[in-house]
Amino acid sequence: MAPANFQSNPLVERLQQSFVRLATAWGGVVVSAIGTLGDISLFAWQMLGWMFSAKPKKETLLPNFYAVGVLSLPVVALTGTFIGMVLAIHSYEQFRNMGMESRLGAVINMSLVRELGPVLAATMLAGRVGSAMAAVIGTMRVTEQIDALISMGANPIHYLVVPRFLACVLLIPALTIMADFMGIVGGYFHSVIVLGIDHAQYLQNSREFVDGFDLFSGIIKSVVFGAIIAVVSCYHGFNCLPGADGVGRAATTAFVQSFVMILALDIIMNLMLNAIDFALWPGRSKLF
Amino acid sequence: MDENLLTNIATATRESLPLVETQDLFLQFGKQIILNNISISIPRGQTVAIIGESGCGKTMLLKTLVGLIRPTRGTISFDGQDIQALDEHSMTSLRKRFGFVFQNAALFDSMTIEQNVAFPIRQHGMPHGKSERQLIQQRLNEVGLPNNVLPKRPSQLSGGMRKRVGLARALILEPDLLLYDEPTTGLDPIMSDVINELILRTRKRYEVTSVVVTHDMHSAKKIADRIIMLYPYSRLKPGESQILFDGPPSELEFTRDRRVKQFVLGEAGERLMEMLGQQGRGDLDSLNPHASPR
Repeated sequence: MAPANFQSNPLVERLQQSFVRLATAWGGVVVSAIGTLGDISLFAWQMLGWMFSAKPKKETLLPNFYAVGVLSLPVVALTGTFIGMVLAIHSYEQFRNMGMESRLGAVINMSLVRELGPVLAATMLAGRVGSAMAAVIGTMRVTEQIDALISMGANPIHYLVVPRFLACVLLIPALTIMADFMGIVGGYFHSVIVLGIDHAQYLQNSREFVDGFDLFSGIIKSVVFGAIIAVVSCYHGFNCLPGADGVGRAATTAFVQSFVMILALDIIMNLMLNAIDFALWPGRSKLF
Repeated sequence: MDENLLTNIATATRESLPLVETQDLFLQFGKQIILNNISISIPRGQTVAIIGESGCGKTMLLKTLVGLIRPTRGTISFDGQDIQALDEHSMTSLRKRFGFVFQNAALFDSMTIEQNVAFPIRQHGMPHGKSERQLIQQRLNEVGLPNNVLPKRPSQLSGGMRKRVGLARALILEPDLLLYDEPTTGLDPIMSDVINELILRTRKRYEVTSVVVTHDMHSAKKIADRIIMLYPYSRLKPGESQILFDGPPSELEFTRDRRVKQFVLGEAGERLMEMLGQQGRGDLDSLNPHASPR
């Protein structure tokens, strides 16, 4: 008797229904996310196949290298400077209370080369170049230019994706170094010139705590970020839905997904790089 | 002597084979059936117009013919070769023999007109001794475009000019098969006729086999040797063929099929009522000055 009563209760029934709806909705989200991830991996695999089987043409490489390496440089340099200064502004009070303001150089520069430089360069690249890639390839899809490429015997992945991938992967380290450098300059300017921290101590602390491995780990991460930006953005361009709305959505999704994937992979890579760091130099000096 | 005879017979047999042939072509996207058991064969040198209303699958058929879309089932052969069985490399070299004129020309925005027309040459190599520039100029002149368009971008040209550049690009390697996707759509009547004339001249000059997808009946009657009319699969009765008409343009007038007549004459017929429902009937009567007074 009890189960019958239990089932006939309208409140329980409504709760059951909403639970089923919730589970279905979340299930749908998870399934589609896994599907997209699988599609993106297959797309990347195809792209790698084309990258090694046929040499990309110079006329397709140069404009992409220019867009990524030259046109993105000013904005990366500018935001890098601001980030360095902001770091100095935020950390100064805390460090002064402990009487360790000269350690600011170590904190700012360490955060920049290990974390903020690569992530900032990647964010700028995803916003400036990634969404443009998705929009351009999406428009080419919508206006049948991709069909035209195929009909004239050019493979669109080889022609459109490989040069963009190479441009992102090969040039993002340069952008990261630029972001690091300008951030260091910005941090130094605010700490030493504006806040009046001792110049020699600031530099001495930076030199002592930030080493080649920190710089290297930042650059390694940036290469992975560059690859993600190119693959995710081109994938969304290729799978663009018709119309202006489709192209707009492809550009937005390209940015959002590559940004989420950059941050998710950042966590994993940081854990790995820290483990390597610890294994190689267990007694390396730390900030405190 | 015998060998020569055999070669001649082989060539003659090959020549008598259709250039393009499809067998039971079936295409489905998700649950929607676009093409159902389409079997057509196109002899060399023929100009075929595929007509039909929007959504009947005529552009899809055109794209499947050259491997831009893979059919769900069925075979497509080009010059005796099953194109679905070809590997990437053989398919790429076969594409030299196709020219595709897209509906909105599909010129590459990032390139100049010269680079656009040169694209197939750069992909497949120069056909013979001429210089690249000379060949491009010759093709552009054939479609009535002056040399000063060469450095321009596609966005600087009008719709009709873009379409002619698209034709020049498709013609650059002198293909065996030319496919036109709605060549006159969106053009003024004069430019439409210019395009029709260009299609006719191209055929004469290059002896090319052409497939033209269009819903412009004037154009279809003018350029085609043969007209095939497709009908949307969803509107067919069970078991009916999707090809409602297949014959020379002169026979179109004698067809008994009401749906073909309706298309050829351009009459809405029962469609309007279907779309507007019964409510629309009253509104339409009140708008029609010739409606009989009640």
